[in-house]
Amino acid sequence: MVGFKCCEKLIQKSNGLFEITAFGEEIRPAYDRVHLTEYFSGKSLEQLQLAPESWYAENGISLHLGDPVCQINRHEKTVDTFKGLTLPYDVLILATGSAPFVPAIPGVEKNGVCLYRNIEDLDLIAHWAKKSKKGAVIGGGLLGLEAAKALMDLDIPDVSIIEFSPKLMPRQIDQAGSIVLETKLKNLGLSILLNKNTLEILGDNRVQKLQFSDGTSLEIDLLVISAGIRPRDELAKLCGLDTGVRGGIKVDDQMRTTDPFIYAVGECALHEGLIYGLVAPGYEMAEVACSNILLQEKKFNGYDMSTKLKLIGVDVASFGDPFGQLTPADTIIIQDSKKGIYKRINISRDGKYLLGGILIGEAQQYNLLMQTVKNKIQLPDDPQEILLGSNNRHPGTAAGVNSLPDEAIICSCESITKKTICSLVRDEGCESTETIKRATRAGTGCGGCIPLVKDLMLATMKAEGKYIRTVICEHFHHSRQELFDLVKMNRIKSYENVLNHLGQGDGCEVCKPVVVSILASLWNEMPLKKGNATAQDSNDRFLANIQKGGSYSVVPRIPGGEITPQKLIVIGEIAAKYGLYTKITGGQRIDMFGAHLNDLPSIWEELIDAGFESGHAYGKALRTVKSCVGSTWCRFGLHDSVSFAIQIEERYRGLRAPHKLKSAVSGCIRECAEAQSKDFGLIATEKGWNIYVCGNGGSKPQHAVLLASDVDETTCIKYIDRFLMFYIQTADPLTRTAPWLNKMEGGIDYLRNVVVNDSLGMGSQWETEMQFHMNSYRCEWKEAIETPEIRKRFNHFVNAPSEKDPTLEFEPMRNQKKAKEWK
Amino acid sequence: MEIKEFMETTLTNSGSEVWILACNAEEVPENGGVCVKFGDQQIALFYFTRRNEWYATQNQCPHRQQMALSRGMIGSHVGEPKIACPFHKNTFSLVTGKNISGGVGDLTVYPVRLKENKVYIRVK
Repeated sequence: MVGFKCCEKLIQKSNGLFEITAFGEEIRPAYDRVHLTEYFSGKSLEQLQLAPESWYAENGISLHLGDPVCQINRHEKTVDTFKGLTLPYDVLILATGSAPFVPAIPGVEKNGVCLYRNIEDLDLIAHWAKKSKKGAVIGGGLLGLEAAKALMDLDIPDVSIIEFSPKLMPRQIDQAGSIVLETKLKNLGLSILLNKNTLEILGDNRVQKLQFSDGTSLEIDLLVISAGIRPRDELAKLCGLDTGVRGGIKVDDQMRTTDPFIYAVGECALHEGLIYGLVAPGYEMAEVACSNILLQEKKFNGYDMSTKLKLIGVDVASFGDPFGQLTPADTIIIQDSKKGIYKRINISRDGKYLLGGILIGEAQQYNLLMQTVKNKIQLPDDPQEILLGSNNRHPGTAAGVNSLPDEAIICSCESITKKTICSLVRDEGCESTETIKRATRAGTGCGGCIPLVKDLMLATMKAEGKYIRTVICEHFHHSRQELFDLVKMNRIKSYENVLNHLGQGDGCEVCKPVVVSILASLWNEMPLKKGNATAQDSNDRFLANIQKGGSYSVVPRIPGGEITPQKLIVIGEIAAKYGLYTKITGGQRIDMFGAHLNDLPSIWEELIDAGFESGHAYGKALRTVKSCVGSTWCRFGLHDSVSFAIQIEERYRGLRAPHKLKSAVSGCIRECAEAQSKDFGLIATEKGWNIYVCGNGGSKPQHAVLLASDVDETTCIKYIDRFLMFYIQTADPLTRTAPWLNKMEGGIDYLRNVVVNDSLGMGSQWETEMQFHMNSYRCEWKEAIETPEIRKRFNHFVNAPSEKDPTLEFEPMRNQKKAKEWK
Repeated sequence: MEIKEFMETTLTNSGSEVWILACNAEEVPENGGVCVKFGDQQIALFYFTRRNEWYATQNQCPHRQQMALSRGMIGSHVGEPKIACPFHKNTFSLVTGKNISGGVGDLTVYPVRLKENKVYIRVK
């Protein structure tokens, strides 16, 4: 990677002054080793390449792959290669990198013992992984943990990390941090063995067991060794350049070796007794070496070894002086063992400056803290404030980035300063992270600075007095609310026309569902109408929910959860006929899973014949109105909650909204229907109904809040009409009612004013619009099966309409079936 | 209709590559896709009506090996036509098959030809 950077820099700086020849030991051009693990999650070799082979030719570089230099003749100034070439040089750059350090443990030659360094290593790991159940990694450092992640990605059920020292990542984090990280990794299913010295690798041909010095052992069938790196300095040694005792080619501040015509950069270079095993300092060395070759003064002054990474889903960051050992320091530590968060900062004795620290479990503040260290920004009087980011509503924004000096390096991989980014935003109108990335290459290396780039961009735009709003995507520079109003005013009814009149480009998977949802909310037309069908999100397009494996689920509407025995029998018969898995849903309905796309129309034909209609489980629309049994049977019930639930469900069925809508009606204060967890819920009181709104289950549960109390049924409906229309017109895409209310200025008081007191004067219009919705409601499935053009779209193969997708696979489970687990 | 029939109506043959008749043009929804069966293979065929362009890719999404791309939404990314998988919204260039959203592999793409209102795909 650093060698490639040198090529790039020389071309940029020299304008064809040099004839460049690049030699590589590997058979492929330079690739991104930082993201090597992504090879296992499906990234191809081409995607990992830093540049295609053609790039070298286009830039006049003659590239020799699979042909390493094996001798340097410093007197003649020539190099001899493995394939027998001898070529002269004026200046030589050694970017030979490093090799994995393999400890001399007896048995390392056995089958199933792998390293973790290049693509061949990865292929070998993948090969053995197919036959392995128990994997282990020797080395609990950064790379070792990455290797463990790779083994997990390869579906090895049992993975252990073995570390010689008493803590993980010994070079980056402290003991207390290691304990927090261990707990997190254990929760993810990894075993961690510390203080383990491996004596021998046992097994006949294939590795079977690790024997440790404390007498214990571990049975394994795959071992990855990741015990550190050793600089590749053999070539330098051979030609008599000075090298370090523990390896590494000695260089000065200009990256020159002891021969002034030979430079060394990257992991093979030893600067002031240090080897830098990260990409950012390597790139900086490339910059320094190339500048000096072109007689431009530049010095390498050492490099900050700060790192932030997501290890197996756990954020770990270490910056500046993480252990507070280099200068006298005071330490502040915040630890939350329950959440698995550990944060440590070291500050100077006078309390003025941040020296370094460690963040585990949550590392949002990393970029800002690292900048505070690098730029010696004075700390606030109470330094722990900078750790307590959670009290701040927008951690890391505005005040934070504004305090950085212009020369602060934001992207250390590409050396991009704050000034460069801000002037791009201010003067060139770059107002998206994408355009900034393209213009500067900031964030294209490790990607760690992207949040900071975004914060800088927003802060600059704000300082310019720009109105910042959430636009939908590159095709519509409007917020959802603006687009809603524009579509309504212009009375546009198809996706294509909305795009032609209000957007640009050809649309995408983000704006298409947003626009067709707006169209459905406004005009309530059949979603599969020609022109709009292919803009529907895939569930809406086939009026069913796509499930693991590619089959669909079917949910007929069961208003209020009330169903006759006859209808129950029909559902049972249909499910048996089409081989469907049945389950009662949380919303008091019955879900039938595992339907072939081809079968959907006939399944629905039979359901509709029996009096069912679509349940809109596939749509961002009203789902169910759950009810308790109410006063008709319950000895506590105050009102007939089932009848009211059915009335409400039938009023709002099919209503499209920015997100799904759920509701419930409880017949008394015991609240058996759980109405206070719904987007809108009703609870019977002695005098009428209490209306609760903006509740949510889901990943961030939130209780609904009281909108009005003791109102009669007509008023209930009136308020809900207004509430829903207000939500539908003003919420951002995919925003449930709870976050919508949380973002609303004035909160529930404002909402109550709009809905109950009609402060916007919109009440009667919204009620009329809701009445229009009710009058124009039709069952989409009924229309679909009655329209041959639409019905045809449910064939899996266009050229074999009667054949179903042969790749759908199911497995038996508890007398029913389940989807086959995906790979 | 059976696959054999289509094989007999191929346009030209060159080496191991062959043009197969996929369907009539009007059988593909505007700005959408269909799935074409070719032996054991499944090919997603798209008609990008807005741009008057035809594309064909493998139907299987490389992320979770699901046969679903023909049911995805098409669109553009900075001018580049793309397809989004309905499962997890991974996106791919319709021209090169390259993964745009990042993190998963690329698609195989196939040349498409329109002749007398019939759509042909070149496969191996």
